[in-house]
Amino acid sequence: MRVNFKVNGRQQEADDVWEGESLLYVLRERLGLPGSKNACEQGECGSCTVRLDGVPVCSCLVAAGQVEGRDIVTVEGLADFARQRSESGCASGACGTSLQDAQDWQAKGTDSQTGEGTELSAIQQAFIDAGAVQCGFCTPGLLVAADEMLERNPNPSDADIREALSGNLCRCTGYEKIMDAVRLAAARQSEAV
Amino acid sequence: MDFLRPASWEEALAAKAEHPTAVPIAGGTDVMVEINFDHRRPEYLLDLNRIGDLSEWEVGEASVRLGASVPYTKIMENLRAELPGLALASHTVASPQIRNRGGVGGNLGTASPAGDAHPALLAAGAEVEVESVRGTRRIPIDAFYTGVKRNALAADELIRAVHVKKADGPQQFSKVGTRNAMVIAVCAFGLALHPETRTVRTGIGSAAPTPVRAKTAEEFLNAALEEGGFWDNGQIITPSVAKQFADLCSAACNPIDDVRGTASYRRHAVGVMARRTLTWTWESYRGDRRTIEGAA
Ligand SMILES: Cc1cc2nc3c(=O)[nH]c(=O)nc-3n(C[C@H](O)[C@H](O)[C@H](O)COP(=O)(O)OP(=O)(O)OC[C@H]3O[C@@H](n4cnc5c(N)ncnc54)[C@H](O)[C@@H]3O)c2cc1C
Ligand code: FES
Ligand code: FES
Repeated sequence: MRVNFKVNGRQQEADDVWEGESLLYVLRERLGLPGSKNACEQGECGSCTVRLDGVPVCSCLVAAGQVEGRDIVTVEGLADFARQRSESGCASGACGTSLQDAQDWQAKGTDSQTGEGTELSAIQQAFIDAGAVQCGFCTPGLLVAADEMLERNPNPSDADIREALSGNLCRCTGYEKIMDAVRLAAARQSEAV
Repeated sequence: MDFLRPASWEEALAAKAEHPTAVPIAGGTDVMVEINFDHRRPEYLLDLNRIGDLSEWEVGEASVRLGASVPYTKIMENLRAELPGLALASHTVASPQIRNRGGVGGNLGTASPAGDAHPALLAAGAEVEVESVRGTRRIPIDAFYTGVKRNALAADELIRAVHVKKADGPQQFSKVGTRNAMVIAVCAFGLALHPETRTVRTGIGSAAPTPVRAKTAEEFLNAALEEGGFWDNGQIITPSVAKQFADLCSAACNPIDDVRGTASYRRHAVGVMARRTLTWTWESYRGDRRTIEGAA
């Protein structure tokens, strides 16, 4: 079957999709967006986390056919998405993303396919600065989940961060550096306001 | 495989009637795992995501009509006052990503003895609204679970909504697992006090082939509370009464040994949860009474 949907602000068409295929497979194998990782295919690890009409979900558990006409943001589009959000007058990030905003959003970066050629989002920069990336396999999912939490809750407590990231496993860092990174991004965000 | 994408409820019922083997898919958090691991290759997938009113809820006079696809996140955020037991149970399901997709309709569809919604629904009192092209019926929650991962749905029926009684008193949900997130219950327990009818209802998860109520325990406690005038005097429940209630809840279990726990551990843990949730809810009932009396 054919599936039409928006990914990182661009209309996409995936062909010859098998009816039982996951959104994750379509993103990685058909659209050449390997940022979302495949580790468990059963919702346990969160490394495939993307936003579906603004909502964080495990893309391995969404059937490809279910995204027809809907809107996806992957880690490749995260920097653009975050920039657009702050330009729309929501520098604190506390405004959330309405479905309308998600649908109206257009990719502006030079290359929303790979995410290259754009400045990193605050959460991405914070992960690098805090040393929260080791092997990096969990990172894309964590970035998408953490960015969404900071959008809703710009001043999270440690408990809020742990709760928001409880669906993302990391086998390397022991999570402390990840906590540091999210705290850093939150602090920089509040300074910027 | 065919992917059926009905745009309305009527279309979905017609599709299910035409293809009774079609597997409905809502949040996909059970269905997709089975497909990804090749445990299931349905001939038809019936996508319910396009039917908007399945994701809506209505708060009525006596009950909440909860659309089958309302995700757990929405229940936690919006229905904590009306459905405290179900909101607490929802919060223990998996992770934020899963709770953003999965809902009670899917939990009932799977009808796993470990599903977290079940003890809360049993304790609160609920009816499952199911429909087919032949018509609508309401299945009392006690009659819904018919075996291990089996439910009372006919092949052409879909779940439209669940009608859950609004809380008229404190409710609690407790679950045993190895960590806070992403845990399938070793066993779980739901308790609801119903001061209006002066009754107590329970729900036990993962400790029998289906979710069950501990009916003998409920009857014992109802009688003991009545006899001692507890609903009126608001006194602390006698430890011997709480212990007997806990023992009867343990006795209502019919658990198995598996990788998550042994049968005897489950029986024990259900007793502990029964005693604790009774203490928590009763304390809260007494607190509410004091506030009401204080205000009067
Ligand atoms: C990592 C992970 C962790 C999990 N942890 C928990 C947990 O802690 N507690 C828990 O209870 N569950 C857990 N689950 C299981 C699952 O998330 C729940 O059972 C959830 O409620 C399923 O809802 P869904 O909408 O995703 O169902 P789906 O996967 O879409 O469907 C589940 C079943 O219900 C049927 N169905 C769905 N909607 C309808 C309808 N309207 N009418 C008729 N049949 C229907 C489907 O055909 C299927 O058989 C977990 C799953 C994963 C992947
Ligand atoms: S690959 Fe989707 S949650 Fe692990
Ligand atoms: S950095 Fe390796 S899994 Fe997280």
